[in-house]
Amino acid sequence: MGTLWFWIVAVMLVAYVVLDGFDIGVGIVYLFVARTEEERQQAMRSIGPFWDGNEVWLLAAGGTLFFAFPLLYASAFSGFYLPLMIVLWLLILRALSIELRGHSAEPLWRTFFDALFTFSSSLLAIFYGAALANVVRGVPIGPDDYFFLPLWTNWKPGPHPGILDWYTVTGGVLALVALSVHGSLYLALKTEGNLEQRARNFARNATPVLLVLTLAGLPLTVLARPHSLDSYIAHPILFVIPCAVLASLAVVFLAARGRSALTAFLGSSAYLATMMVGAVVGLFPVLLPTVGTAGRDITIPLALAGSHTLYIGLVWWILGILLATMYFVIIHWLFRGKVTRHADGYGH
Amino acid sequence: MDALSLHRIHFAFTVTYHYLFPQLTMGLALLIVVLKSLALKTNDPKYDVAARFWARIFAVNFLLGVVTGIPMEFQFGTNWSEFSRRTGGVIGMPLAMEGIFSFFLESAFLGLFLFGEKRLSRWAHWWSAFLVFFGSWISGFFIIVTDAWMQHPVAYRALPNGVYEVTSFWAFMLNPWAWLQYAHNMCGSVVTASFVMASVGALYVLQHRDEKFGRTFLKLGVIAGVLFSVLQIFPTGDLHGRYMARHQPAAVAGMEGLFNSEKGAPLVLMGQPDIEAQKIDNPIVVNKVLSFLIYGTTAAEVEGLNQIPRDQWPSALPLLFYSYHIMAGLGTYFVLLMGIAAFLLWRGRLFTARWILWPILLSFPLPYIANTAGWMTAEIGRQPWLVYGLIRTSQGYSTHVGAGSSLFTLLGFLGMYAVLSVLWIVLVYNFIQDGPQAVSQDAPGNSNGSKTA
Repeated sequence: MGTLWFWIVAVMLVAYVVLDGFDIGVGIVYLFVARTEEERQQAMRSIGPFWDGNEVWLLAAGGTLFFAFPLLYASAFSGFYLPLMIVLWLLILRALSIELRGHSAEPLWRTFFDALFTFSSSLLAIFYGAALANVVRGVPIGPDDYFFLPLWTNWKPGPHPGILDWYTVTGGVLALVALSVHGSLYLALKTEGNLEQRARNFARNATPVLLVLTLAGLPLTVLARPHSLDSYIAHPILFVIPCAVLASLAVVFLAARGRSALTAFLGSSAYLATMMVGAVVGLFPVLLPTVGTAGRDITIPLALAGSHTLYIGLVWWILGILLATMYFVIIHWLFRGKVTRHADGYGH
Repeated sequence: MDALSLHRIHFAFTVTYHYLFPQLTMGLALLIVVLKSLALKTNDPKYDVAARFWARIFAVNFLLGVVTGIPMEFQFGTNWSEFSRRTGGVIGMPLAMEGIFSFFLESAFLGLFLFGEKRLSRWAHWWSAFLVFFGSWISGFFIIVTDAWMQHPVAYRALPNGVYEVTSFWAFMLNPWAWLQYAHNMCGSVVTASFVMASVGALYVLQHRDEKFGRTFLKLGVIAGVLFSVLQIFPTGDLHGRYMARHQPAAVAGMEGLFNSEKGAPLVLMGQPDIEAQKIDNPIVVNKVLSFLIYGTTAAEVEGLNQIPRDQWPSALPLLFYSYHIMAGLGTYFVLLMGIAAFLLWRGRLFTARWILWPILLSFPLPYIANTAGWMTAEIGRQPWLVYGLIRTSQGYSTHVGAGSSLFTLLGFLGMYAVLSVLWIVLVYNFIQDGPQAVSQDAPGNSNGSKTA
């Protein structure tokens, strides 16, 4: 039961990163690839019907985590207090920038929300990357299974780490580049004209940077947490996952050079998914590792909710996810195709 | 200030501010479905235009409801970690279900409703409006069922490590407290929406602009307003109060300001509780009515605070007393105002009766105050318990998040929400100034179509 719920939450988080990842990515590259008012409207319209639903995956995953692993939710959310609050503020600003920019034709109004969109999307990506890196690196859990991390200490992983150190900042930059590639590939897929061309060029130029950062990621992770490869060494078959990461990057690289925008976008989706699965597998069955000796790792059995509750949960979760998938298919089918350059068209 | 108080203010402020938006959108969603149904039934394009106008106001309020709602789900873990750890296996369930069953539904169909009118058939567009309404109302239910478990825990079992789990899904969902509170709360939401709609209608009629729409808004607002203001008090408020008196006597005694148990207890209409002297100063009372309201007979004894151990008294007694009285007083005023307006509407004199249009115009903030006061009554009445009888509030907060961090983020939210308030006022004011005729068919949420379907 614990393993099942572990994968349920993991899959929901992967869905969140892949789906909201593309609209966050659009936000990161927005100011740079969408230059004219017409292109900016086009970029906004390409994510318009989807971004809100994508963000729901975060809420749904958060709620499910709360339900299935209450101790992990309690410990991690209070321990990562400040960065989580910053993430909340960024989510608020980002939603405002997307939804309110169109409410006035005044250029100053729009310029303001354009800048806010790229600013909040970029910082969000960095914080998400840093958050995942924090989980991989571990946190100083105390004897009562709680911890509290300052934003930064001496910028080094170790017994007294902060949220930000050289390792987690690298994770943040990696996420920024990865989502910018993901978002620009989405724009290449869903838009046309100069915007499509610039988005394609951006992805083409950023992919090698992403490759370098990804390759650097593995040794840096071992440096930051020496035991991070234990699962892999115990089960060498798992090395398939890092190979899949590299394979999907190769797909992105080749498809972005060619003309196949869909293949490239699916490639970057696979890249994000395999990166996350790789990190999660490295942790399993630990949910949040500890650094130092004061406390213990938060593991699946330690954090798991009562078994009867989880059994009930399985029934509604399956039903609910089927419904959610159905809405998702309806919306993507209705808004299929490219966003045209003119304000009244979306596909067809 | 100590960390516990700051964590309490943190949650209280963010949730109070958040609920300003859903209380309008849930009720308005119902009224929009009514407008869309009238459009289908009468084939009068007026109703489609009216629905579009309100959809625009709905969209901005919905957006602010979403962005202020996300912090709520996080705050259980960030500021109330010990509470989350112990009750996640219970209240995590409705919160996760809200995301999966409600938010996915709303996010998918809101876009279709707002931007799909041109591309959908009239029936499909009606269905998208209905599904937005349905999604927001089940969302409300999941929140109420969460709160109801904190007010009146049912269908749970404690595990050895101090955490709770659900023993029966249906007993949890059918918690009687939840259904009473839900009925009472949703009436309140429709009251807010109908007062806002009637107020805009009164504005247009008084200004002699868009009068055709002004009359429609007044008519719908007044009919829904009188119906739901009455339902708010009877039977929903009445039943909820009686159920509460049985299960939370301390809260009811505090609400009513009843320091000593009494047979034929009086109803205090107004006064100031004096905790030290344990009496109500300057009371205006009606004899024996409280006993009658709770037990149906004037002779019954109502339990006063003197029968309850001091450490189980609601900790903010005067505030509890005032919020309850503000809620009940305003609720009575709503029935009165809407009753008169409905009578004039029936006699065909409402649209020319300026003396009643003015109070309708000015009364739109009052349901917001009444709904907020109602929630304060429920949540302050629950104190000192976080989960009634199981976990005290002082046992639930995040002990590792200090007062400094909590104040820092509280100030952040204050600043952020101040900005949201300004944006809200500017946008809604503009929508009302633009009027119903200004809204085009393809993009009611957005004058320049950054999200055109």
